[in-house]
Amino acid sequence: MKIGIPREVSSEERRVAVVPRTVERLRKNGFEVVLETAAGSRADCSDAKYLEAGGTICDTAADVYAQADIVLKVNPPTAAEAALIRPGTILLSLIWPASQEALIEELAARGVTTIAMDCVPRISRAQKLDVLSALANIAGYRAIIEAANRFGRFFAGQMTAAGRVEPAKVLVIGGGVAGLAAITAARGLGAIVRGFDTRLAVKEQVESLGAEFLVLDFEESGEGEGGYAKVMSEAFLEAEMKLFAEQAIEVDIIITTAMIPGRDAPVLITSGMVETMKEGSVIVDLAAERGGNCALTEKGKVVEHHGVAIIGYTDLPARMPALSSRLYGNALVAMLDEMGGAESMTIDMDNEIVRGSLITHDSAVTWPPPKPEEPSIAPDYSKDFGKRPEPTDEATSVDVPPAKRLPESLSTVIGGIAVVLLLLVIGLWAPASFATHFTVFVLACFVGWQVVWSVTPALHTPLMSVTNAISGIIILGGLLHLSGGSTVSAVVLGAVAVFFATINIAGGFMVTRRMLAMFRR
Amino acid sequence: MPFPFNMILASSDAAAPMGAEATGGSLATIAYLVAGILFILSLGGLSKQETATRGTWYGIIGMVIALAAAILGPDVTRYGVLVVAMVPAAAIGGVLASRVQMTEMPQLVALLHSFVGAAAVLVGFASYLDPHGGLTIAEATVHEIEVYIGICVGAITLTGSIIAGLKLHGVMSGKPLTLPGRHLLNLAAVVVTVLLGIWFVGGAVSDEGMFVVDATGIILLIVATLITGLIGIHMVMAIGGADMPVVVSMLNSYSGWAAAAAGFMLSSDLLIITGALVGSSGAILSYIMCRGMNRSFVSVILGGFGAAEGTVASADGEQGEVIEISAADTVDHMRAARKVVIVPGYGMAVAQAQHSLSNLTQQLRDGGVDVRYAIHPVAGRLPGHMNVLLAEAGIPYDIVLEMDEINDDLPDVDVVLVIGANDIVNPGAENDPNSPIAGMPVLQVWKSGLVVVMKRGMATGYAGVGNPLFFHDNTRMLFGDAKKSVDAMLGAIND
Repeated sequence: MKIGIPREVSSEERRVAVVPRTVERLRKNGFEVVLETAAGSRADCSDAKYLEAGGTICDTAADVYAQADIVLKVNPPTAAEAALIRPGTILLSLIWPASQEALIEELAARGVTTIAMDCVPRISRAQKLDVLSALANIAGYRAIIEAANRFGRFFAGQMTAAGRVEPAKVLVIGGGVAGLAAITAARGLGAIVRGFDTRLAVKEQVESLGAEFLVLDFEESGEGEGGYAKVMSEAFLEAEMKLFAEQAIEVDIIITTAMIPGRDAPVLITSGMVETMKEGSVIVDLAAERGGNCALTEKGKVVEHHGVAIIGYTDLPARMPALSSRLYGNALVAMLDEMGGAESMTIDMDNEIVRGSLITHDSAVTWPPPKPEEPSIAPDYSKDFGKRPEPTDEATSVDVPPAKRLPESLSTVIGGIAVVLLLLVIGLWAPASFATHFTVFVLACFVGWQVVWSVTPALHTPLMSVTNAISGIIILGGLLHLSGGSTVSAVVLGAVAVFFATINIAGGFMVTRRMLAMFRR
Repeated sequence: MPFPFNMILASSDAAAPMGAEATGGSLATIAYLVAGILFILSLGGLSKQETATRGTWYGIIGMVIALAAAILGPDVTRYGVLVVAMVPAAAIGGVLASRVQMTEMPQLVALLHSFVGAAAVLVGFASYLDPHGGLTIAEATVHEIEVYIGICVGAITLTGSIIAGLKLHGVMSGKPLTLPGRHLLNLAAVVVTVLLGIWFVGGAVSDEGMFVVDATGIILLIVATLITGLIGIHMVMAIGGADMPVVVSMLNSYSGWAAAAAGFMLSSDLLIITGALVGSSGAILSYIMCRGMNRSFVSVILGGFGAAEGTVASADGEQGEVIEISAADTVDHMRAARKVVIVPGYGMAVAQAQHSLSNLTQQLRDGGVDVRYAIHPVAGRLPGHMNVLLAEAGIPYDIVLEMDEINDDLPDVDVVLVIGANDIVNPGAENDPNSPIAGMPVLQVWKSGLVVVMKRGMATGYAGVGNPLFFHDNTRMLFGDAKKSVDAMLGAIND
């Protein structure tokens, strides 16, 4: 199968879908790779490097589209590009389908199978092909770099011969991948960092990176579907705005990353707040693409207001083209693997990753995909290893069959019948004295059952030694025969029983006390 | 045929029925009631560390009250014999209790169980030998059934506990003994016991409704004792070392039922109550232990686990290479970590590493590392065994957590130190439906940042299952004796 990579047409786009290293991996996986000349020139990838990695270079994009079975792109194809894609081609690209209706119709009409890399479902298995997280990570890092570039001071506090420099204070709003990356970068530069998120689940992650987590005096979690934030109530927003207003006066740098799926970004920093900030402060608005979290943000530009720079770049990942391209390429390789690789490339509608990102197929629009059965919890990107922690109630933690037992209902019925029969036998035939003792016995069993369940597992050994000691009460039996026994043998047996039971009483209680004395806080 | 030993001793009230209620007046009954309540409070007090000491005192006071009521009551007259029997026994018990090493607690507990079993057997025989008057045919029949059941349960407890103690003490191999057709053997023994029991009860009551104590009865009882004793031996022999927590708690339960059976024989409500308390306590512990392994009680008791079917999964269990780590590097990782969790297993007890571990914990905590312990329900050879060892070493109990308390936190932990544990941290239990331990709840240590496994070598755990954990990317192996390794880590931390 032949993979084609055209040069991105937008003059602002510096990234490329694959870097030479990705080409090598694709070749190893059995694909042929054709690139348009200078496809990676803006991401420090020369044609020579691609040739070295085993790719072929064509002169024009048209040549690439004409040969390719699979086309890999970064940005959604323009109308002109779409016109070049052959029917039956598989296209992997960022698509942003919500705002690209015309394009989707066009691709469907042309019979192109489109996989939108921005629509990969957020499930743990799909973490390695989650390009949004990879790009958000870069954007978060770059936001701090851009801020530092504008900011006139050190991030870290210093005591110099010429005087003391106080550390910069950075507020990061939103604890998603970008926010956490920004916190990490800012901490790395030595700033005092505060983080805020409506989802309380993020608190630990923010704190684990060495930032302070700001908490509202308000109870509501903003955890929404698929681990994204949801729209919050009025009262919550009010409390939140108050917090931001207070923080604006204090901090030097604000990074905002708040976005809600399918909606304009919420405005969190009003122009009034900007005016209260110190001159020379910097705001980096990572939500600029969607209208911005700051009222003054202008998409793609830097605005100055009252001496505060508001950076609204929407191409932060593209500002680090080599890294972005490499990570994006890795995700593409993973997606191609997911689809079956070079040998058995198919569109498997039952594969939730493929289905979730499939936009057009067989001349039809297949977006949005059917709802997944259960929303996944907020992804934890610190590890890509093993299963995501599941809530450990018994129903879910045991996903392998429990030990073989009778079907529960059947064994309950059998047990019930046996108990009824036993009680019937005792009631009908046992003498009255036995029935009395039996009553005591059964009640004592129930009392024991109730009491012992509350024993903490840490004290199970002392529990056993205490029960050992009190089961020495069998000494009463020995005592009665020792004295009341009418035969030598009964007396001797009684005495020996007393002997053993006494060891139990003395030993059991003493060893329990010894053990308990050791337990200390 | 009269029984030859059945000579009447010079005794004032030789023919009086047994039981304090019958002769001792109501004061003794009330004393026994108070003792029973104190025993219940005693078990209740053990629910928390804060109240546990008080709970023990309740138990001691209850026992003193019960003994005082019995000894000072009219039923007990031979004080000379009493002193001869009790004083040395109390001394022996005291010495045992004060000398025992905490690592030897499982053996001691098993030994104490066997004493209860022995006492139950003896009381059963004595109760049979003492002739009773004034019983109706039905009462006599019930009494004989009680005697028979008490002796059988006592005998199983006695021999089973002795074998368990020998296994735990290492005198006897911990490996399960699997005789051919062992289930049939057990079944046959049980059937014979029941048949003998029917014979015994049928022969004990004469046609005139009089109570007969004869040689046939004695012989039947002795044979039944031997057979049930063999059942006890065979049953525990078939159960392997790591299933011992279940066995010991089961024997704990049996010792309670034996005491309760004795209570029925003697018409003593206090004995019945105490026996029922102990019996249900042991039953709950057995249940908790079985749940900790996701195995049914029956499958544990039938035994043979880890020998016959345990090798299936190891074929595809060996994958990749393990990565070794040095003690010094482990220390570096732990010092750099924010959160460390230590998972102790039986290997820690064997190596006696708890004191060094306590020292290490203290050093790390002083350095600002959040160190906690994670205890699996079946870690060790006794329910709660690990907790006692850690407490002995002076590790504060509030950093020692149960599996359910800590499993959710593990993804957030930087370093997990697994010391002498294997099956309880095996991810195969969750991921591999073919694993013999599939479905057993385990500590999900592999979700943490780094797992350091301290082990002697690459041998499989008790279940005989290969552990995929060892081959994970974030797992490091620290080979060697646990105590020596921890000491090496202490050396590194002090440099």
